[in-house]
Amino acid sequence: MDQQFVERRRRELITAAGLAAVAAVVPLFVKDVYVQNIMVLTLMYAALSQSWNILSGYCGQISLGHALYFGLGAYTTALLFTKFGVLPWFGMIAGGLISAAIAMALGYPCFRLGGHYFAIATIVIAEIGLLLIQNWDWAGAALGIDIPVRGDSWLKFQFTRSKLPYFYFALVLAAVAWFVTWWLEDSKWGYWWRAVKDNPQAAESLGVDVFNSKMGAAAVSAFLVAVGGSFYAQFVSYIDPSSVMGFQFSLLMALPAVLGGIGTLWGPLLGAVILIPITELTRSYIGGSGRGVDLIVYGTLIVLIALARPQGLIGLFSRRKEAAR
Amino acid sequence: MGLLYGLIAVGLALIFGLMDVVNFAHGEFLMLAMYVTFFLFTFFAIDPLLSAPLAAAALFVLGAAVYLVIVRFAMRAKANVGMVQIFATFGLAIVMRGLAQLFFTADYRSVPNSWLGGKTVSVAGIYLPQPQLFGALVAIAAFGGLYLFINRTDFGRALEATREDPGAVALVGIDKNRVFALGWGLGGALVGLAGAIMATFFYIYPDVGASFALIAYVTVALGGFGSVFGAFAGGIVVGLVEATTALILPPSLKSVGIYAVYLLVVFIRPRGLFGSM
Repeated sequence: MDQQFVERRRRELITAAGLAAVAAVVPLFVKDVYVQNIMVLTLMYAALSQSWNILSGYCGQISLGHALYFGLGAYTTALLFTKFGVLPWFGMIAGGLISAAIAMALGYPCFRLGGHYFAIATIVIAEIGLLLIQNWDWAGAALGIDIPVRGDSWLKFQFTRSKLPYFYFALVLAAVAWFVTWWLEDSKWGYWWRAVKDNPQAAESLGVDVFNSKMGAAAVSAFLVAVGGSFYAQFVSYIDPSSVMGFQFSLLMALPAVLGGIGTLWGPLLGAVILIPITELTRSYIGGSGRGVDLIVYGTLIVLIALARPQGLIGLFSRRKEAAR
Repeated sequence: MGLLYGLIAVGLALIFGLMDVVNFAHGEFLMLAMYVTFFLFTFFAIDPLLSAPLAAAALFVLGAAVYLVIVRFAMRAKANVGMVQIFATFGLAIVMRGLAQLFFTADYRSVPNSWLGGKTVSVAGIYLPQPQLFGALVAIAAFGGLYLFINRTDFGRALEATREDPGAVALVGIDKNRVFALGWGLGGALVGLAGAIMATFFYIYPDVGASFALIAYVTVALGGFGSVFGAFAGGIVVGLVEATTALILPPSLKSVGIYAVYLLVVFIRPRGLFGSM
């Protein structure tokens, strides 16, 4: 391994640790609940997008149905807690494992499909999941689940008075998703995934286990997204099928990675940091009228970034670096 | 109903299926066509049957404009073209929905007392609603027309050639952008027709397109990319499956059958029923 590469990897790790440390002290100064709320969402989307990026960015299997895993995580946690009194922490793990298992079970037939056929299959599967939950009376059907608030406690992962605990958990989640990506980038899997993305036939002929590397990416990605879903259920303490499992949500999850830079380590974080505050601010400042102006601004922004920076906003940084060299 | 899905899908089959460009704003095209029909009816008392060509013309202009202003640049991307297309058109869809809310408000609207609306016709003892029946006829005509258009005219051949090798067609003097802009316009016009007919029996509101668009993608993919006949067959299959599912499952689950059949088909035939790509 050449020196420069090792040096770069170490620098990335230090940068991430530094960013996390800075992020950790921010809420000590910023007391505004509304701003803290935006920060929690930003970190959550960063984590989700980073996880989506593992399967769709690194491994190149464009999934437009990741809301399925998010919803599974949210529902597993919420149902276990409200129906059986199981603590959300266990629900989180259970939701993650269930999602990973389902991702692999679905991957078995789906990974034979190519291009649009695969992407549409992922949409359709998530949509089936959505319809089933909407019609499942025991799980609240279309009305969803209200998670009863039983006072602030880490044990039950509920906090009514302060958003800080949620913030720190979201920060940990984003950091874990980033770290997993960073770690996998330089592992056997990471190299396999990029090979599978670039040219599956060539990869296969060189002895890469194409099928299993896709399965691995799907499992890791689904697990992390489901944990994000569990977190979200606790954070908003009310979930309904279309808000956690809808098709829109699959796209919203992918958006930060695509705008930031798909298949890159920093892209999802960058995309989330830029996109989520803008989304939330436009929604609350000009969206209150219910007249759709926020949608127009938001949509225009997406179109412009997609057209102006097809390789993602991260390109702005790397180009400057190259120019400096 | 299946042929109506087919009619919504035929415009998409042209854009998505034949030109291999993703258009996530297809449902919003449909929504807009329905509003055009609604306003022509409300303000000028033009029946949807007569305004259908106007809606088609309006959507032709929109389709061509969207290609020239947005999609043309999205296709130029060097990296991950697919994602850029998805999100550029997804952004457009959001903008269109926002504009619809702004100008048309989120109210549910409908076209009452049109020539076709609410009337039925009896064929061999079975009562069929006229709008759906008429839609089915238009769908068959549209598919037939498109099929001939793609296979028998210079433009159709130019379109296919352009998709396969834009560089080579430039050498023989075909302007790629003109061909694709016309293709998008035509795709828009077809969904304009669909919207005009849909407006006679369906509520019109800013989000109306979303649910139909998803079924349209499934229809095109089920039939297979690169095949007009496939999209037609896909439409029929989707309609039949939906009707059968509605007999077995509660109405809220009727789409599950369609989705399940799509998965079943592509698991057995990864290129759809009649796909060539």
